[in-house]
Amino acid sequence: MIRDVAIVGAGWSGFRSVTPELSHKELMYDAAVRAYEDAGIDPRRDVDTFVTVGEDYHEGISIFDEYVPDQLGAVQRPVQSIAGEGIQGLASAVMQILTGRFDIAVVEGHSKASNIMTLPHVLAFAMDPVFNRPLAVHPYAIAGMEMLRYLSETATTPEECAAVVAKNRSNALFNPLAGYGASISIDDVLIAEPIAEPLSRLECAGHSDGSVVFVLAAGESARVLSDHPIWIRGIGWANDTFWLESRPWGDARYARAAGEMAFRTAGIRSPSKEIDFAEVDDTFAYKELQHLEALGFCSWGTAGEWTLEGGTALGGEFPVNPSGGALGEGHLLDATGLARVLEVVLQLRGQAGQRQIDAAEVGLAFGWRGVPTTAGAAVVLSN
Amino acid sequence: MTGDRVAVVGAGMTKFVRRAQETPKELSWEAAHLALQSCEMTIDDVDAVVIGTAPDAFDGVHMKSEYLSDGCGGWGKPLIRGYVGGGTGVFAAIQGWYHVASGLFDTVLVVCEEKMSSCQPHPQAAFLTIFDHTTERPLKPNLLWIFALEMNAYMNRYGLSKRDIATVSVKNKRNAADHPAALLGDPDITVEDVLNSPVLAWPVQRLDVSPVTDGAVALVMSANHVARRVTDRPVWVEGVGWNLDTAYWTNRDLSYPVYVEEAARMAYDMAGISEPRQQIHIAEPYDPFDYKELHHLEGLMLFDRGEAPRAAADGITQRDGDLPVCPSGGLLGVGNPIAAAGLMKVAEIFWQLRGEAGARQVPGNPKRGLAQAWGDLMQVGTVVVMGV
Amino acid sequence: MEEFVYDSVYLSSDDFREGRVLFEMWEPNARYAWDAGVAISRYLQGLKAAKLIGRSCPDCSRVLVPPRMFCESCFYPTDKWVTLRDTGTVLTFSRCYITWDLIQLEEPQMPAVIEIDGASSGMGIMHMLGEVDPEALAIGMRVRAVWKPPDERSGSITDIAYFRPLEE
Repeated sequence: MIRDVAIVGAGWSGFRSVTPELSHKELMYDAAVRAYEDAGIDPRRDVDTFVTVGEDYHEGISIFDEYVPDQLGAVQRPVQSIAGEGIQGLASAVMQILTGRFDIAVVEGHSKASNIMTLPHVLAFAMDPVFNRPLAVHPYAIAGMEMLRYLSETATTPEECAAVVAKNRSNALFNPLAGYGASISIDDVLIAEPIAEPLSRLECAGHSDGSVVFVLAAGESARVLSDHPIWIRGIGWANDTFWLESRPWGDARYARAAGEMAFRTAGIRSPSKEIDFAEVDDTFAYKELQHLEALGFCSWGTAGEWTLEGGTALGGEFPVNPSGGALGEGHLLDATGLARVLEVVLQLRGQAGQRQIDAAEVGLAFGWRGVPTTAGAAVVLSN
Repeated sequence: MTGDRVAVVGAGMTKFVRRAQETPKELSWEAAHLALQSCEMTIDDVDAVVIGTAPDAFDGVHMKSEYLSDGCGGWGKPLIRGYVGGGTGVFAAIQGWYHVASGLFDTVLVVCEEKMSSCQPHPQAAFLTIFDHTTERPLKPNLLWIFALEMNAYMNRYGLSKRDIATVSVKNKRNAADHPAALLGDPDITVEDVLNSPVLAWPVQRLDVSPVTDGAVALVMSANHVARRVTDRPVWVEGVGWNLDTAYWTNRDLSYPVYVEEAARMAYDMAGISEPRQQIHIAEPYDPFDYKELHHLEGLMLFDRGEAPRAAADGITQRDGDLPVCPSGGLLGVGNPIAAAGLMKVAEIFWQLRGEAGARQVPGNPKRGLAQAWGDLMQVGTVVVMGV
Repeated sequence: MEEFVYDSVYLSSDDFREGRVLFEMWEPNARYAWDAGVAISRYLQGLKAAKLIGRSCPDCSRVLVPPRMFCESCFYPTDKWVTLRDTGTVLTFSRCYITWDLIQLEEPQMPAVIEIDGASSGMGIMHMLGEVDPEALAIGMRVRAVWKPPDERSGSITDIAYFRPLEE
């Protein structure tokens, strides 16, 4: 990339299944105040541009962009929204800094999932209105079909998928932010009731409310503001086809493309050698495996075995989702990718407490927009 | 600047119609196809896609950009949807600018689409949900209210009459008669027609308002080295600006759009413009309602506060006037498929600066133009300055 | 110029009436229960008790309504509840002859932004005007809230039925 960009401040709030005491504005304000304190900046004076991430039907507001500037300290400042994955919001801020016209940018993403009374119906509203929606099938059935196809193409087993759940919810026990920490065995997962076979209930991430805010700065400013900037080495995002009728059901091709762009912009040739750990989308357990393979951390069809053998565990050769991932922290809707980034930042700073990975120098975060989409975004961060 | 200069090199649009047979994807494809064709490019030349589209409630699809993605040429490509309400159309071009100026992409396809007719029985109903869900929505507010409240505040502040403002609607609908994509062009409309149209929400009357519309517009934006290769007439992005005011709109002075001024200052600063009235030769301010054009001309500092109506009455903003304003016919004449309408304004500046605007071509070889949009709860300004 | 415009297909109402086009109908099932939060919960409780409540910023000293837990101008936590009066001044108004779902009205609705007495200058809320000749409305008019009876108040902005002209 033509200019150095770093994360110099991080803040968060919520990460609980309900947050009835706070409005979405108050939740965002809490996260923003922490991030600005962390970065040592005054948003009313120091920030050149603000980006927030969300979707109208997640907010229950048409044009949710209206209701974001006040609680971010962004009134009468350049503010834009991204209706997309959290890491796409990060990418938008990075691009603005790369133009050379902005030095300090703020990115925010949030979830008030607990306020949506009909979330599956809302998700179903994302399906093609003519071809798919009239079939009135629960959108998680798309995940079930995809998982089945993935298992049959790769010889990955249900046990290996279940091992992702056991690992991530166990990791979450060491994460004070995570609300879904639990000691769960592979058998517990396998005997849980099916949502859309072969996908079981315990393989689907629950939801959380929360907000994540980052302060980004260009090279010189970052060095002035922070003793420990976390550098954004590369970033990438991509879409595959939206058609259910013609998508590759076994392979997460969008993750492959997003990863390739992130590695290209980071100058990384061998992701598995040059990156120490990853936080990747695990909205559904099999997704973690599919994403690890597509991102090139292991070869096609081997992520399950790797997981079962403990290679991706906290003490393994390549820890994956040390935070507990979405299975352990809860899914934060459009902010889920930013929650993945937050853990990478905390690990690189050495602030991950009991779950701290030794000698973590380079990490990757990957976010997926969830069913029924084929959109993903990846970012490589380092000390 | 570390980033490269960025140019618009191609543009295309659909007809703006009350109700299109095409799906939202198909409308997007039509505009994208013509934009690429206009600069002899194919989708393989495109490195990334930017989508602009306003509330999902219109098309009736959650996560609308995912549904639109393949129609916009996004299959297998980096694709991002930005969103600033009604300001989205012009903002999409700003997003296209920063994609290219970041150095990450050489060529970006920018597509804005809106299919408002999908929302039944009327897309107005979708606007109920733009209001604060706890402190305002229980009053069953109507989108027209906020325009009426703002227009009344503006008229009251400067002692303006309905007649002062109706001239804008007449000018734009007449200009649109020369636009091949226009929905409401009318060469014969008069001020009396506007003043005699039904009162919707006083002071807003039927012909003060732009129509509900389906349509799509696309631009191709390229870095310097690509732009010079594909065209001998690139139109450069010289300045961009955007600004969002507080959500507490009832706490603001509605008679002046300070956020438009802030956005304009940001764009002028980047473009090196110190005397906007002298240095900008043609303007496409956002005109969903006739008074908004005047309001925005003042916010853009092209006329002093309260002075835009007199400039309009003096003919300065006519297509052959000293500062042609909305020569396209604007939203009032061409139509208002929200995000697409904003990008149509950027496309109009592109065509005008290249001398390709056909019957709408303004005289005098303009060298620099401005497009502006506005949106959210009367809250956001987005500005692009372009030049040749 | 024509070469830049795609000849999209225009449908008329007759096309639908006479069944010449096909379409798919869908009613979205999107329901929400929004957490009102600290500031607005207190505001709603105040409304139930027939009081308008604001919140003040220690930094800029503005009294804000609707109340909020932080001042958007200073980006500083607000620190004091302030009971406001239920009178105010019309900052702007409209006479609206259609409802939000496009039903025509004979008698107009009269939405207005009303600056509330006791809050800082320019601090308005949106509400309705009533008990007034629509043609007599004017910017600067003084008004007072007409509260619903206690047993009809639910902790909603509609606990104020409307504002009517104030006889001073």
